[in-house]
Amino acid sequence: MKTKALKSAFPHTIPIFMGYIFMGMVFGILLRSKGYNFWWAILMSSCIYAGSMQFVAINLLTSSFNVIAVVVMTFMINARHLFYGLSMLDKFKNMGKKKPYMIFSLTDETFSLIASAEPPQDVNKNWFYFFIALLDHFYWIIGSVLGAIIGSLWSFNTKGIDFVMTALFVVIFVEQWKSNKNNMPAFIGICASLLCVIIFGSSNFIIPSMILILATLTAFRKPIEMRNEI
Amino acid sequence: MILTVNQSLIVIILIAFITFLTRVIPFILFPDNKETPKYIVYLGSVLPYAIIAMLVIYCVKEVSISTFPFGLPESIAIIAIVIIHILKRNTLLSIGGGTIFYMLLVQFIFI
Repeated sequence: MKTKALKSAFPHTIPIFMGYIFMGMVFGILLRSKGYNFWWAILMSSCIYAGSMQFVAINLLTSSFNVIAVVVMTFMINARHLFYGLSMLDKFKNMGKKKPYMIFSLTDETFSLIASAEPPQDVNKNWFYFFIALLDHFYWIIGSVLGAIIGSLWSFNTKGIDFVMTALFVVIFVEQWKSNKNNMPAFIGICASLLCVIIFGSSNFIIPSMILILATLTAFRKPIEMRNEI
Repeated sequence: MILTVNQSLIVIILIAFITFLTRVIPFILFPDNKETPKYIVYLGSVLPYAIIAMLVIYCVKEVSISTFPFGLPESIAIIAIVIIHILKRNTLLSIGGGTIFYMLLVQFIFI
């Protein structure tokens, strides 16, 4: 039963295999370049397991020690997970012992797969979803360990590799802009952040930006909801 | 390493804990068929877009437009990524290609 579920889950995870090995490797190389070896990569990829957050984590590890900034940044960046959970309340209802792991491993990519992939009729769907989550997690750990090890063996010029994070967010931004009819929230995000960078400076703008974004989205709730319906 | 081993561990454990919290809170708040408040549903539908936009700004916040190379490598690479992605719609190509392109720009052209 489990083998069958694993076999039918694997093909669905191939795009994520490519993405996670690549992104994981870049994460490992970047982490290594800041003086953290592959044990740190294993630790972070196993227990944090959140792609973009781990890139931000490298920034947090390489600036001054500030617990409040870590808590607030992590919550703000991962707040979107709240809404993945809301969409999975029903699907995870009968997962039993697997449920805590399913919740823990709910990344953007795993969420999108579990929300869209349909198991074959003769396959247990709980095991099917579980193996999708487990395989993805495995790829991410392997990728980041490979990156951290290769990054420590090869001394090629990694200048500019940090840009992968910018590229990731730019691509997600374009994806969202193209797939969404109402781009007011994205526009508000850009304007509020730019305004706060100018006013508060590059090191203090995140929290004011979040407050401004939340306030603006709340103030413009009616027009945004109306445009969403059209 | 700028932080000590213990400080690094605290940062990592905190991030792991808060990340898990953001994933588990809905399951704690809505154990059965409780209805989600409309305001939360609204925020859930619009916040992700605004946050990604903020993260793009976050990534380029240290770029200076008044000193050499005036933010040119970043601007050129971002425009290239947007164009490649609109044309090909291939996430790996856009991210991988864009990053390599940027690395070439800062290592060989804007030195």
